[in-house]
Amino acid sequence: MSVQSQVAPTSIGMSRLHDGRRLLRAVLPALSLALIILAIWALNPRAISYFGLTLMLSLAVPVALATVGQMMVMAVNDLDLSIGSFVGLVGCVTATWLRDEPLIGVLILVGLVLAYMLVGAMIHLRNLPSIVVTLGMFFVWQGLAILVLPKPGGHAPDWLHGLMAVKTPLVPFPIVAALVIGIVAYVGLMRTSYGVILRGAGGNPVAVSRAGWSLLRGKMIMFGLAGFCGVLAGMALIGLTTSADANLANGYTLLSIAGVILGGGEFVGGRVSPIGAVIGALTLTLAGSLLNFMHISPDWQVAGQGAILIVVLAARTLINRAGVSA
Amino acid sequence: MSQSPVVIQVEGVAKSFGAVRALDGVDLAIATHECVGLIGHNGAGKSTLMHVLAGTLTPDKAAIQVNGDAQPGYGIELAHKLGIRCVFQELSLCPNLTVAENARILHPALRGFGWRRRAGALIKAKLDEVFPGHGLSADAVVSDLAIGQRQMIEIARAFTVTSEPLRLVILDEPTSSLDGHTAAQLFAFIRRSVEAGLSCILISHLLGEILGTSDRVVVMRDGRVVTSGPTASFDRNKLVAAMGGAEAHSGAVTAATPSTGLVRVRIRPKRQPDGRELVAREGEVIGLAGLAGHGQTDLLLAVFDAAGQLKSGQAEVTEPVALVAGDRQSDGVFPLWSIAENIGVGSLKNLRRGLLISEAAEDELAAQWQKRINIRTPDMRHSILSLSGGNQQKALFARALGSDARIVLMDDPMRGVDIGTKLDVYDLVRGEARAGRTFLWYTTEMDELSYCDRVYVFRNGVIAADLMRSEVSEDSVIGASFAEVG
Repeated sequence: MSVQSQVAPTSIGMSRLHDGRRLLRAVLPALSLALIILAIWALNPRAISYFGLTLMLSLAVPVALATVGQMMVMAVNDLDLSIGSFVGLVGCVTATWLRDEPLIGVLILVGLVLAYMLVGAMIHLRNLPSIVVTLGMFFVWQGLAILVLPKPGGHAPDWLHGLMAVKTPLVPFPIVAALVIGIVAYVGLMRTSYGVILRGAGGNPVAVSRAGWSLLRGKMIMFGLAGFCGVLAGMALIGLTTSADANLANGYTLLSIAGVILGGGEFVGGRVSPIGAVIGALTLTLAGSLLNFMHISPDWQVAGQGAILIVVLAARTLINRAGVSA
Repeated sequence: MSQSPVVIQVEGVAKSFGAVRALDGVDLAIATHECVGLIGHNGAGKSTLMHVLAGTLTPDKAAIQVNGDAQPGYGIELAHKLGIRCVFQELSLCPNLTVAENARILHPALRGFGWRRRAGALIKAKLDEVFPGHGLSADAVVSDLAIGQRQMIEIARAFTVTSEPLRLVILDEPTSSLDGHTAAQLFAFIRRSVEAGLSCILISHLLGEILGTSDRVVVMRDGRVVTSGPTASFDRNKLVAAMGGAEAHSGAVTAATPSTGLVRVRIRPKRQPDGRELVAREGEVIGLAGLAGHGQTDLLLAVFDAAGQLKSGQAEVTEPVALVAGDRQSDGVFPLWSIAENIGVGSLKNLRRGLLISEAAEDELAAQWQKRINIRTPDMRHSILSLSGGNQQKALFARALGSDARIVLMDDPMRGVDIGTKLDVYDLVRGEARAGRTFLWYTTEMDELSYCDRVYVFRNGVIAADLMRSEVSEDSVIGASFAEVG
């Protein structure tokens, strides 16, 4: 009896402590987004309006999609360095084949998703480092994109352009789209029973395979989802820009990784947060606008985004450290 | 017992890993209403046999029958379908998931709307049944829990039932991270389950657990079953003899006079309310006892951190220290390195010739320690993972003792190590202590405290009692671990 009365209070106290720390970590991405919005508002109050937010956040939709795709891969302890040029390739296909020959265009895009699944299968079966394989794929996708569209041009299909220019009532379209992306990814990965298996495969692959689940299938699904998100990102991007360029989205690789990390995800261990990843993507997009308002030249914007990443990661480390020493 | 139906029967199981024959023709049959205790040295083949039974390892040769039917394509899926579960020695929970989500991983049937609630209720009910008063929540994330709590969850999870039947649960060292109280709860539960018709295989290095819980004992050595019979016909010495280990000697240490050597370590636990402090002198073996997870490891780490700083607040550590980790998978071995490199990393300064590390010196150090503590391998340049768990632990001891550290911290290093290895290490510790080294030894095994000159019992992160060797007994340690303050 004396054991129970002693063990119980300490474990409850511990879990309360963990809850507090987890809550703080969970709101950190939202807090950084709020800070950026506040800073923009302070510099230029008129920017925080329906029209202003639509303008500033329009590019956030493809970034958020690419970030969620990256998150799928990071959830199973891999990294996708090819997502940037892949989004570019999808953009080139969208601006040419999908507009001129929709059927062939769709087939190409489906084939690209299947290719992503095969990359996942290869990484799992041959036990290859994903960084190396996807770095190679980066150049493969880029080469294909140049073959499809040797010089910048093409046209977005009208329906796609129309879709991206939709004016939703009250709340700007990019925010609605980001919400939908975040909620779909959250429900799929965090709430469904199979999502648990997929995340478990990142946390302890041996345990998951011992329980009778196929790791190969899990990895193929996650890479397939990443490819699917990449396709959506590429299409969304072309819907906004209306014409394509093979190198249009090369920066998305690092942007998507930064978005996942900013949103509370980690490189290993299956620790990811879909809502956080979308917030991270929004934060990075808005950071560009903020730097514009501060009259900092676009040359410095990548550095600015990097600085934000470092600040947020430092805050997260501080929270963790406070938890350990408490 | 012979009239009870047989749950699983294996004949002629053989499995080799390269040149090592892990299993060399094992026959084993488990009946319903039976708890079989399986013992043997490290490397005797117990874990390999368990992996074969659980379907996670395909044997080179075997005839496997479940409920009387031959199972040619036996594997993980079939084992699950037939109701055979295993609690593996290395924990297999996903740390990034909650307790309920980990339960879901084991049960394909937990799906569809409301699966999370059902999974939570399932694991909670089983935890309540096995470990009453456990204080765990189904929504807790596993990485936030202590290792003992994780082990409780893993054990309870193995006994949960949804759509598939449950016939046999294999427990491989289930108490390695449990304290005495929870271990007792587990054994009572195993007995109740076996009465109700379940079968169990219990693997443990604590012979008392085997003798107290199992109906039948099976002893393995060198990949074969050497003896088996009703538990009642065995006692501790017989089991040790059957395993081929040394005779069990009970705390065979002569009474020592209190040491008057130089003080090497002086430290006060962070939240110690009174003036009590832990003092370790030259040539002493200091035991840290108490229930698992009550601040012993934290204290060792505090000593480790304080080393090298001349005087740091609460701690005074005068000599270099080395730590022998308890959780060798996460804190101990470098899995990509060879055995020799794993030993040499503790003494890099001494192995340096000019700017580089001398391989010859590293080999020499490794060969010397291979001989001294009998690391069983054909070549010290093989990967550390080619060793069995006990021999990996020996390599970690060699790393610490081969370095020039005068203070050695041991964080319950004997978890899941066979008794032969233990006796080797006990002798080594005594010998090194006589030569002037100081040991701080956290242990969860009562027997090991008899090798200590002085024992500090921890409770809730502070020193609750400080016992001279003559005062150390099971009663005094348990008394101090459980007593209320004041």
